[in-house]
Amino acid sequence: MKLRHILVAILLAANVITAIGVVHARHDYRQLYIDLTRLERARDELNIDFGRLQLEQATWAMSNRVDQVARERLGMRFPETAEIVVVRP
Amino acid sequence: MNFRKFIKAGDGHAKKPRKRAQFDLRLRLMLVGGALGLGAVALVGRAVDLQLIDNAFYQQKADARFRREVPIPASRGMITDRNGEPLAISSPVESLWANPQELSKHPDRLPELAQATGLPLEELSRAVSQRADKEFMYIPRHRRISPVAAKRVLDLGVPGVFSQREYRRFYPQGEAVSHVLGFTNIDDNGQEGVELAFDEWLAGVPGAQNVIRDRHGRIVEHVSLVRAAEPGKDLVLSIDRRIQFLAHRELRRALEETGASAGSIVVLEVATGEVLAMANLPTYNNNRVTGENRDAHRNRALTDLLEPGSTMKPITVAAGLEKGVISPTSTFNTSPGWIPNGRFRTSDFRNYGVLDTTGILTKSSNVGSAMIVHKLENQYFYDFVRGFGYGQSTGSGFPGEAAGLFPDPSRWSGTSKQGMSYGYGLSVTPMQIAHAYATLGNHGRSITPTFVKGHVGESRQVVSAAVADEVVRMMQTVTEPGGTGTRAAILGYHVAGKSGTARKASGGGYARRYLAFFAGLVPVENPRFAMAVVIDDPDTSKGGSTYGGGYVSAPVFQRVMDGALRLMDVPPDDIDTWLAAQATADAKRAREQGRAAPAMPAVAPAAPVAASTQRTPVAATHVAGVQR
Repeated sequence: MKLRHILVAILLAANVITAIGVVHARHDYRQLYIDLTRLERARDELNIDFGRLQLEQATWAMSNRVDQVARERLGMRFPETAEIVVVRP
Repeated sequence: MNFRKFIKAGDGHAKKPRKRAQFDLRLRLMLVGGALGLGAVALVGRAVDLQLIDNAFYQQKADARFRREVPIPASRGMITDRNGEPLAISSPVESLWANPQELSKHPDRLPELAQATGLPLEELSRAVSQRADKEFMYIPRHRRISPVAAKRVLDLGVPGVFSQREYRRFYPQGEAVSHVLGFTNIDDNGQEGVELAFDEWLAGVPGAQNVIRDRHGRIVEHVSLVRAAEPGKDLVLSIDRRIQFLAHRELRRALEETGASAGSIVVLEVATGEVLAMANLPTYNNNRVTGENRDAHRNRALTDLLEPGSTMKPITVAAGLEKGVISPTSTFNTSPGWIPNGRFRTSDFRNYGVLDTTGILTKSSNVGSAMIVHKLENQYFYDFVRGFGYGQSTGSGFPGEAAGLFPDPSRWSGTSKQGMSYGYGLSVTPMQIAHAYATLGNHGRSITPTFVKGHVGESRQVVSAAVADEVVRMMQTVTEPGGTGTRAAILGYHVAGKSGTARKASGGGYARRYLAFFAGLVPVENPRFAMAVVIDDPDTSKGGSTYGGGYVSAPVFQRVMDGALRLMDVPPDDIDTWLAAQATADAKRAREQGRAAPAMPAVAPAAPVAASTQRTPVAATHVAGVQR
């Protein structure tokens, strides 16, 4: 008789604990999902930035522009034939 | 108890109890109980049916009300040049959309939205009211806008306005590479060029996820990932951005200088068949593709059919040498500068008299080529030229590549063969010319051209290595003094090339309008690049040969190849000429300095000597040059 009471009590307690466990797991899952979405958004933001920077870099490094800046702003030019020294290997 | 009293009372009235009035109470109770019980069983049965047996159906019905499969967009792969420089990048953009059902419930927020989007209020409210029973509409002219602009609108918090991520293609190099790259449509599918040819490789596979959404469209819970988005794969092209730009720039310059209407350049890496550059004019900006000016969208280097003119002659000579009907030292008497061809004449620019095989190429003698081809059988000549890829697509895999026109001998007229020997009566693309020259430069081994770096196409030997090398050496004389292509000579390198000037066919005859060609190989010692230049319809008003390939196209070849050789670190194979040129230049400068400063005759010659001592390895040559 006493043993049965103890058993019931244990099972009841286990039941309550697992119920709380389920709730907890559910809560954890939601929290983690929120984290995941946040991280995914952060990743996307970084990807956007990366793409934008890549584009920006490619635009700055556009051959046309480099050519123009080298010639006009930096006063560079291709050396004349007479200014090139040929070295026999 | 009342029943019993009632029964007793009944008994009092009628002595004989009536059978009809008697009823079985137990039975009635059981009946009622049974009916109720059956009802309960039916309810339980129904519950079992709903909950256990048919539950999938109802679950589905319920899910349809709040669960949504949401696509996860995948980005398209990047296209880079052979050095990893980006040529096409997908960048995320936002497309604004609205739920008209919800938006139409808040007409007071519309002016706010109209102001933020810059749309006229009437247009916006009309658009919303027209679709008031729908659940989705794009906000007009707000597809594929920058994320910053989208955020500004979303921050207003107007109910029923959302944004969806999409990817847009950007081409940082703009019009210089637009023909090779092509472009994508609004749904990110390749439409032309490499974008179309490698669409499957570049396109990502969009993923999908299951989510639970509330009435406002907000995602409440993420249920499961149906499949992850697979981003598109990157593609490394064989194009070299720097050579491409050089080709584009020089082609533009040539068109401006000669007043020509169009032009193409193809540069191939001889050993691998990789396309290093392919430029065309007129061109377009593939960042902003519009319906107009479709003509400029054409990749002329691959789609336009042209009669190759004199650029055909090295192939004719190679055919003669391969068959053994001529040798490098054979002589041809081209007097009086023309020979009959049916009722027409094949004539030279002027009477070149007696030429050897090399001389036919050096002077570009039509008569000489005609004499060679007469020694060859029709079928042999046809098969040989076809081996070089004329009359069939080069197999580069580029969408819309033309195969060219090269009729087989059964369809030749009496004059066809003689005309073909110097490039009339057959049509080829600029790419095919470059490919044929690359085959000569690759010791007679033809390699399928490719746009992908590191992909080596199929190859086959179409002419013996000895003959191919011999023809390349002969073509070297074209760019040396006395040849037709001296303007293509590059200091420090031996250049093998061939100029060509073809009259444009029009209305059954040939007009006084021209195509100026130059095709060549550098350096002659182990060729590295093959290049073809075609300039369409240069200005002929200056007369003489100012519209010819040697005048118009050869300088383009010279400038592009000079740059390419330097960019790709190709060692010079003709260092002696360079040293000699340098020595004469130094000597000239020394003389000028001597004249400029006669008061200090001792100092002037000393200066170059002092300078040249720093250039140790060639110092001796320099001093010798100065003293000579």
